[in-house]
Amino acid sequence: MSKMHIKMTVNGKAAEALAEPRTLLIHFLREDLNLTGPHIGCDTGHCGACTVDMDGMSVKSCTVFAAQANGADVTTIEGIAAPDGALHALQEAFREHHGLQCGFCTPGMITRAHRLLQENPSPSEDEIRMGISGNLCRCTGYQNIVKAISAAADQLATAKEAAQ
Amino acid sequence: MIPGAFDYHRPSSIDEAVKLLADLGDEARVLAGGHSLIPMMKLRMALPENLIDLQDIAELKGISEDGGTITIGAMTRQAEIIASAVLAEHCPILPETALQIADPQVRNLGTIGGNVANGDPGNDMPALMQALDAAYLIAGPGGNREVAARGFYDAAFFTALADGEVLTAIRFAAPPAGHGYAYEKQKRKIGDYATAAAAVILTMSGGRCESAEIALTNVGDTPLYAEEAGKALAGTDLNADAVKAAVEAAKAITRPAADGRGPVDFRTSVTGVMVRNAIERAAARAA
Repeated sequence: MSKMHIKMTVNGKAAEALAEPRTLLIHFLREDLNLTGPHIGCDTGHCGACTVDMDGMSVKSCTVFAAQANGADVTTIEGIAAPDGALHALQEAFREHHGLQCGFCTPGMITRAHRLLQENPSPSEDEIRMGISGNLCRCTGYQNIVKAISAAADQLATAKEAAQ
Repeated sequence: MIPGAFDYHRPSSIDEAVKLLADLGDEARVLAGGHSLIPMMKLRMALPENLIDLQDIAELKGISEDGGTITIGAMTRQAEIIASAVLAEHCPILPETALQIADPQVRNLGTIGGNVANGDPGNDMPALMQALDAAYLIAGPGGNREVAARGFYDAAFFTALADGEVLTAIRFAAPPAGHGYAYEKQKRKIGDYATAAAAVILTMSGGRCESAEIALTNVGDTPLYAEEAGKALAGTDLNADAVKAAVEAAKAITRPAADGRGPVDFRTSVTGVMVRNAIERAAARAA
């Protein structure tokens, strides 16, 4: 049961560490790479607080071994804002629309929404609700989360149009 | 929750995976999407000493249609089934069912092979495979073999898959053009297993039902192929009596557990509602 040399790209940078094969991706990120943005909520694959992006898809990092992500390209909430610290449109929208109360689910919500808006840049309310159905929030009742994601989609579309 | 320790292997071919399983012996398990096995390992209800991750085996992936036969590699993920143009055209009940499994993140990693081979009666694909009369293609130390989905499930988590064997693909004849279909699932919340669910595939001709296949999810310790329920519809114009006979035939074979999803009577009753709704929706879709 020797340790493995695990390498991946995390938030655009090469990362590596020695870890036991049984190390879950969430523990690898939080404990080996000190990226404590992704949270451990239910630890059973239901709540989505540990959601990260792996090779272009949202996954629950509490139900993936770091060894499975060996060689993968991973994005966590720490990689969503611009390198200069400017907030992403989703982060701004969550603040503007009160898309969080306690904030525990927020890293997973925003990381999931970030991928959702790449899969579907102009989702309907139903599509947003289905898209975040793997992320639980126990405070907001989801209304403001859905509003925030919708507002961010509009903002991103406007910015894209302006750029063209 | 920390799983027990194991050694990790990532073979790049089916032959290599089968050889690893043979060499490593009883305490080796294959890892597909991991969304059934990893939770069990975190609870220490599964303690494999070796995990053989199948993710790099290209020959286990992909969806193809050839002359009316559909083949789906075991490592094809639920999200890929939902997005498949081949399945949207030839077998839309598959994406319809996959969309009712868990949530987007789980569907990104969960595979059809894991879903059907694990033997969990809560999984949705096994009943659908029975309705489609699918065959499971299996590789093992003694070569390759096929087992019909209708004969694969012995009891909860006990299947015809022997130690040392790997499910490699699923193969079935696409239902005829114009078939009607529906997968109806009642669940308490997103991510839950079914209280009861029913798959219905039927063909109509001139207002009469030519054939009907019905199978049930999570109302027994295996998926249940409701052969008599299908027969009750075949040859009829799907009148109220025929539908009632099919519903009763399906309810008659259920053996649900009483659990948080409800007592036995309730789950049996929900089975009837799911079968009825699925028949009605399938009939409305049939050309």
